[in-house]
Amino acid sequence: MAQVVPAERDLRRVIGDADGSGDRALDGPGEQELLDLYRSLVLLRTYDERSVVYHRQGRIGTYAIFWNHEAMQAGAVHALEDDDWIFPSYRESAIGLLRGMPPATVLSWWRGHPVGWWNPADYNVASICVPIATHVPHAAGLAWGKKLRGERTVAIAFFGDGATSEGSFHEGANFAAVTDAPLILFCNNNQWAISTPLSAQTRAAALADKAAGYGIPGVRVDGTDVLAVYEATCEAVERARAGEGPTFIEALSYRAAPHATADDPRAYIDLERVEEERARECVGRYEGYLRRAGILHDELAESIRRDATDAMRAGIAAAEAEPSADPSLVFEHAYVDPPTTLRSDWEELKRILG
Amino acid sequence: MAELSIVEAVNDALHVELARDDSVMVMGEDVGRAGGVFRATAGLRDRFGPNRCFDTPLAEAGILGSAVGLCMAGWRPVCEMQYDAFSYPCLDQLITHVGRYRWRTGGNMEFPLVVRMPYGGGVRAPELHDDSPETYYVHTPGVKVAIPSTPADAKGILAAAIRDPDPVVVLEPKLHYRTLKGEVPEGEHVVPLGRARLAREGEDLTLVAYGSMVPVCEAAAEELDASVEVLDIRSLKPLDEDALLGSAAKTGRVAIVQEAPRVCGFAAELAAILAEKAILDLQAPVLRVTGYDVPYPYWQIEDAYMPSVARVVDAGRKLLDF
Repeated sequence: MAQVVPAERDLRRVIGDADGSGDRALDGPGEQELLDLYRSLVLLRTYDERSVVYHRQGRIGTYAIFWNHEAMQAGAVHALEDDDWIFPSYRESAIGLLRGMPPATVLSWWRGHPVGWWNPADYNVASICVPIATHVPHAAGLAWGKKLRGERTVAIAFFGDGATSEGSFHEGANFAAVTDAPLILFCNNNQWAISTPLSAQTRAAALADKAAGYGIPGVRVDGTDVLAVYEATCEAVERARAGEGPTFIEALSYRAAPHATADDPRAYIDLERVEEERARECVGRYEGYLRRAGILHDELAESIRRDATDAMRAGIAAAEAEPSADPSLVFEHAYVDPPTTLRSDWEELKRILG
Repeated sequence: MAELSIVEAVNDALHVELARDDSVMVMGEDVGRAGGVFRATAGLRDRFGPNRCFDTPLAEAGILGSAVGLCMAGWRPVCEMQYDAFSYPCLDQLITHVGRYRWRTGGNMEFPLVVRMPYGGGVRAPELHDDSPETYYVHTPGVKVAIPSTPADAKGILAAAIRDPDPVVVLEPKLHYRTLKGEVPEGEHVVPLGRARLAREGEDLTLVAYGSMVPVCEAAAEELDASVEVLDIRSLKPLDEDALLGSAAKTGRVAIVQEAPRVCGFAAELAAILAEKAILDLQAPVLRVTGYDVPYPYWQIEDAYMPSVARVVDAGRKLLDF
């Protein structure tokens, strides 16, 4: 199958092979930060795997799986400060966990319960963008608007390879470029937009090449190497804060799980390649790196995994303990100052509901 | 009071509101250096600087999408769409995000942005410079829509839209941008959304309109041999239902005039409200005088498309003779 980028590719990497050859030293993060990064990876992985189970048990609705995307999400977020804004797509639905959002909130979103719709200003995490790429201009506008106010805030927008075909991606990237907005355009190129391979999205040899068209730097990293993602994002953040404008990061991986719980990829995907990717998945790769560096051992790894599992158990219990949402909420929140018809509509519905 | 045209009144409102509130900014294609293709934003860039009257890339969805992010950063953007029919790309952002975002944040964030644009035909322009797109906007939940017909309202409604905590789309009648002049209060002037304007009082028949159809109705009222009321709706959402129902109760005969194509146009909404709430007041069926369900025509024959004084008079006579 020649539709996607082969596994052997020349990309920025920090983590070497399983035998330790090629591990590269990384300036900056100390032992504690490296372990915090591991905690984030494990939390996201646990969230994802438990969510698939919860879906099968009928406890959450349709769910967009992000298995093996954890390194892109955690690596990028750890390069940010808490004041920096994150604009997630549905593939990054749980990215708020890395900002202290309770798992119950995100699970409630996937349960269609109103408590799942958080206040973005509480976490500096925008609402999950369900349509493709339409949040890229939002991130550009926020980054530019913060800069105009003299703040040092940086924004990051996450989107997939398919999103680069959308007009909104182009308009947002261009807008950010002409305003020198402190924005990171983070493309998680997992090489599949549901069933459509990368070769059907673009004739470009690399998505990062698109950056040249906007006059901004484009970098390619191994998306399953959390330290390479972290390093590339740190550099982009530094450029953004220095007033040098946006950076396009293409993080390459291969989607090793269905697009969502409603998808069966066996009809279109290369199953051998999936097996290869699953064998070198991102959490295990980083765990190997930490063990080789003597930072992680069995007992610590076990306790980190247990904490994540406990957080998820508590999260689903809290989400399921939420009282049913009041139907009056149908009429709330769309307007600060709503048309009076909404009030009379609710009065009528209340009478009919009894 | 100053005697201003509609486009001068729009410009005046922008100057006053940008001076009043330093979080208000204007953005759009050619709004800065050129001062707008209709000069609606003239002088703003010189007075307030290039960041508060910003020439954007040529990208309508990007303009409105960026405005969403600017709201999140504490700004109150006023986005100009250069022409009615060029605004359609921004519907993507309007429908998928602008109208939903506050709801999506559980009411915690506000998106106090304005989209303003010249609209309507009769100006002998190339195609796609003539549309009346209000239905697309007014059909979008979470978004308010207003269409002034006088210079004083053009200023006051735009000021109200800028100060409103919700997203507001303001359509300005480009046919009368320069030809219709009137007294406009100086300094701060706000016309609250949600209130209709009684343009002319009468007893026998009500002509309901907004924007550039108001002067057509006023001219038709002169020609009809009856006491004719003209109600300028001016705020489509929120709508002043009391004014509509009050006038229908008084005259019992109502014609609604809109420039947009007929099917599912705003006149249909007004007619439905009258059917639901005023049936016992009506002495005759509610009539609509509208554009036709065709693309806006070549300008040499556009007068045949536009609701004319003759067509409104014809509808008025049918109602009076019913």
